[in-house]
Amino acid sequence: MLAPPRIWWKPLDRLERSWLTIAFVWCIFLTAMMPIWFFLGRQNVPATTYRVSPEEYQQRVADFIEQYQVGTEKGVPVVAPPPGDVFLLARQWQWYPILQLKKGQTYRLHVSSIDIQHGFSIQPLNLNFMVLPGYDYVITLTPTQSGEFSLVCNEYCGIAHHLMVSKLIVTD
Amino acid sequence: MAAEAIPWSEEKAVFRTCPVTGLKVDLAAERLIIANAVAAVVFLLIGGIFALLLALTRWQVIHLLPPDWFYRILTAHGIDMLVAWIVFFEIAGLYFGGAVMLNARLVRPSLAWLAFALMIVGSVLINVIVLMGKADVMFTAYVPLKAHPVFYLGYILFAVGALLALGLFFATIVVAKAEKRYEGSLPLVVYGLVTAAIIAAYTLLSGALALVPAFFWSLGLLPNYDPGFYRNLFWSFGHPAQQINLAAMVAIWYALAAITTGATPLNEKLSRFAFILYILFINLGSAHHLLVDPGPGFAWKVTNTSYAMYLAVLGSMIHAFSVPAAMEVALRRQGYRRGLLEWLRKAPWREPGFSALVISIVIFGWIGGVTGVTIGTEQINMLAHNTLRVPGHFHATVVAGTTLAFMGLTYYLIPLIFRRELKLKRWATWQPYIFGLGMALVSIGFIAAGIQGVARRHWDITFAQAPFPATIPGTVHLALAVLGIGALIAVVGGAMFLIIVLVSVFTGKRQEARGLLLVVTPSSPPAPSTSAEEGEEGLRPKGTFVLVLAFLTFFAAYYLSNWWLLGRTWIVR
Repeated sequence: MLAPPRIWWKPLDRLERSWLTIAFVWCIFLTAMMPIWFFLGRQNVPATTYRVSPEEYQQRVADFIEQYQVGTEKGVPVVAPPPGDVFLLARQWQWYPILQLKKGQTYRLHVSSIDIQHGFSIQPLNLNFMVLPGYDYVITLTPTQSGEFSLVCNEYCGIAHHLMVSKLIVTD
Repeated sequence: MAAEAIPWSEEKAVFRTCPVTGLKVDLAAERLIIANAVAAVVFLLIGGIFALLLALTRWQVIHLLPPDWFYRILTAHGIDMLVAWIVFFEIAGLYFGGAVMLNARLVRPSLAWLAFALMIVGSVLINVIVLMGKADVMFTAYVPLKAHPVFYLGYILFAVGALLALGLFFATIVVAKAEKRYEGSLPLVVYGLVTAAIIAAYTLLSGALALVPAFFWSLGLLPNYDPGFYRNLFWSFGHPAQQINLAAMVAIWYALAAITTGATPLNEKLSRFAFILYILFINLGSAHHLLVDPGPGFAWKVTNTSYAMYLAVLGSMIHAFSVPAAMEVALRRQGYRRGLLEWLRKAPWREPGFSALVISIVIFGWIGGVTGVTIGTEQINMLAHNTLRVPGHFHATVVAGTTLAFMGLTYYLIPLIFRRELKLKRWATWQPYIFGLGMALVSIGFIAAGIQGVARRHWDITFAQAPFPATIPGTVHLALAVLGIGALIAVVGGAMFLIIVLVSVFTGKRQEARGLLLVVTPSSPPAPSTSAEEGEEGLRPKGTFVLVLAFLTFFAAYYLSNWWLLGRTWIVR
């Protein structure tokens, strides 16, 4: 606690050296797991982003809905698009539209916000992403299960944050 | 001890000599340590009351606060704990390490009082503006969610005060060396605090880069503030801020180990190397807050979250061995050499500093560290981002780890710096166990709920009033109940700490300290038994080695099971 001995540079004890080696190897393993999974794993963090203004994005979503709308639920359009580019908009305090996807098909899901930050969270799957205004984040997604999933906002976005829920439908 | 010190300037510092350690204590430094420690504890009390209200709201069955107050108090709780309580305490620790432990005078005490005033004004401003409802933006205040300009101003004033205190700390050490107040190298505890201070310097500068433009943006003077840039700058402040807490906590671990068991670092070279790893590599690790953000690509995210953060993790793993090993060797030297763990069984468990130290290490490592590295893995973060797993992780590190260690140290400051008798000693013996148990349950409750997808910063996870309600499994309610009960226990532990400290400081007998230990009296070592190992072999930290191997096994199991969980979700790229 008080001053160390004058010469404190001394060799490591065998146990210290062993632990240092084991811990270092573990840290290398931790580092390697991510690139390994990047190449071999089927779940990776999306890395495609476009710059977009909120107005442009809102227009893109409107066009998308017009093309593929199949119904409405609680005032929100339900859209059943073919595999390919699919658009979802987040705003205080709503996800827009409701997407109806097919199991086993691959979609380029675009998410963006037209006001502030939101959090895209599919439950009970538990996949989570950030949604920021000005950024069109493309999540290439292939549903492997069918059913009705909840789409929850999990980034605090104001007083009605906890009311910002929607659904994601996946048909067989 | 230093030969005759040669003061530089005209400053007349007044010293007293500590009857226990023989250290020369600068009275000006002592007053500032007391002021900052008292401010810290006041904010701990306020933040703690908020914690109780929040836990009783997230415990869905009780759901105490209405939504606007929940979000408001969540904002205030984050700031009062992560910014006010912890930084005020760390500044007190810096003055202790830089001046008292080096027999030195604190450079320019008047400026230290200015720093204190700035920090008080800043934290009061933030609390007031938040409680007035003008800044419901969370501790992170992500742009474009906008708060009243006074919110950002409060943050900035606090940071300027802290930067000033940092500068005085560095100056104090430089002057102490020049005036030959101490000989040889810095003691390891002070070395650790210097590490924390260096990280604090670039942390606060990053904070300025993030928050000063935000201040101007809130005034309407800056038209656009890119939300992605803000998040990057904020976390360049926000995560290293946690590393400051980590480095300070580890320094205090060494101090508590020395005080309670007479431990000295086994290998100064290794421990110092581990502290240097923190300085070099933690800022890059902040990327783990941005792993599922649009913008940065795989290479940026993985590089910054891994080689950089994992080398900082290596630093922690070194201390995880070195601190217990130092205690094991010290206790073995006292005669407890039987088997692998006699030293642990016969250790001073009734001494509050010792139990606080051990519980801090165990919860910080086994829950905090393991979950942190796991959810900070690029792909696994998709399962965890913005769920309750995140607060589960950081309550294990900052509260059960750092705060408990700081509480442990505070007990010793009462006789040594406040120069009062510690009262309610039986309470002090129990307090670390109660607080530790409560916080362990809080973290476990958070993590169990988060693994099931429950969002953080969310008022109603049953979505009762939402347009598309979702059914919540009963296991989520169970996890939130564990959280609630844990919080009640932790609040009892926190209240015990506050009561012990306040009762001692205000009604304890004014007396000079007589020894380092508070509760346990130094006992005579046991008679050497024939089965105990003799000589150098009996002193080696084999018990600690087995314990860290067990820790690593648990770590590996938890980490790998998360990859398995990820593999069960949809295909995503």
